[in-house]
Amino acid sequence: MAQAEAQDHGLHGHAAPAPAMAHAEGQQHPIKLYLVVWGWLFILSACSYAVDYFALQGMLRWSLILIFMMLKAGLIVAVFMHMAWERLALSYAIIVPPLVILVFVAIMVIESRYTEITRVLSFGAG
Amino acid sequence: MAETSLGHVDHTAPRPPGLRGFIADWSSDQRAFKGVSWGKAMMWIFLLSDTFIFGCFLLSYMTARMSTVVPWPNPSEVFALHLFGQNIPLILIAIMTFVLISSSGTMAMAVNFGYRRDRRKTAVLMLLTALLGATFVGMQAFEWTKLISEGVRPWENPWGAAQFGSTFFMITGFHGTHVTIGVIFLLIVARKVWRGDYETGERGFFTSRRGQYESVEIMGLYWHFVDLVWVFIFAFFYLW
Repeated sequence: MAQAEAQDHGLHGHAAPAPAMAHAEGQQHPIKLYLVVWGWLFILSACSYAVDYFALQGMLRWSLILIFMMLKAGLIVAVFMHMAWERLALSYAIIVPPLVILVFVAIMVIESRYTEITRVLSFGAG
Repeated sequence: MAETSLGHVDHTAPRPPGLRGFIADWSSDQRAFKGVSWGKAMMWIFLLSDTFIFGCFLLSYMTARMSTVVPWPNPSEVFALHLFGQNIPLILIAIMTFVLISSSGTMAMAVNFGYRRDRRKTAVLMLLTALLGATFVGMQAFEWTKLISEGVRPWENPWGAAQFGSTFFMITGFHGTHVTIGVIFLLIVARKVWRGDYETGERGFFTSRRGQYESVEIMGLYWHFVDLVWVFIFAFFYLW
């Protein structure tokens, strides 16, 4: 039981903490790091809003929205959620499965195109 | 006995960096997530399942929007507010985004001060996070009220495709519920930090386990996830 507890709560009594064992004392990073990321999230959100405010259209709009979205998501996951300092075993287990959603997206794009065509053919153009 | 000690040796064994270390962790017996407490691992796995839930919501929204032959209402105009004598597009949503990002920032700092054993700052920052979260939910309530008074229903709206209302209420409603639950749990954990439960080893009333400051980090994971989901909702529902 005690051993299980010790296993659960990090790695007590190991003198040389390897990078992967940064957990021993919990996550310790300077506050400045969080403030910088916070600032970047503000800037990126402002950029996303600017895309709408200046009414950009078409491919430019969509690609900018996606770029700012991915940058924000990456910053939140990597720094705020400390994923950058986790072991790869955990990072891969959490980050890889959501990528499968992209397959689902592809399937549903095909499906909705088919539905749309069916609607146009059966009910006219709206 | 030999097995447990073997497991223990395995647990502390240094791993080669990169992909080899990942394979070594995953092919080792019993514990794949070494050095990660069960509480944190379980929160991550819960968040993964929640990712799929919101993923499915956004997918159904995409399918509805792509397959309808009726024009989709322009969110930029629908969510515009009339301020200072002019219509500002999407301004309320932008403010909500900044509020939620700020709450994520204060939460991240609360986690940091928790590990430094600074009870006061941790509790204050968590309460600030809860306050910003409650502000977000309040603004969402305002947004819902405005839209409902303008005639948006799950089955119809004055501007176009009927699915606009159903997807809007479902996605933002589910997200708002997550924020509300987060605020409640923030208050509970903040109270524990304030009382010093994690230092005196007080047992929790629900699990009867002794808490530690890692609870603040796990709480933070949930909160950042709520912010993360909003990033995607903001991009796909409001900006697209």
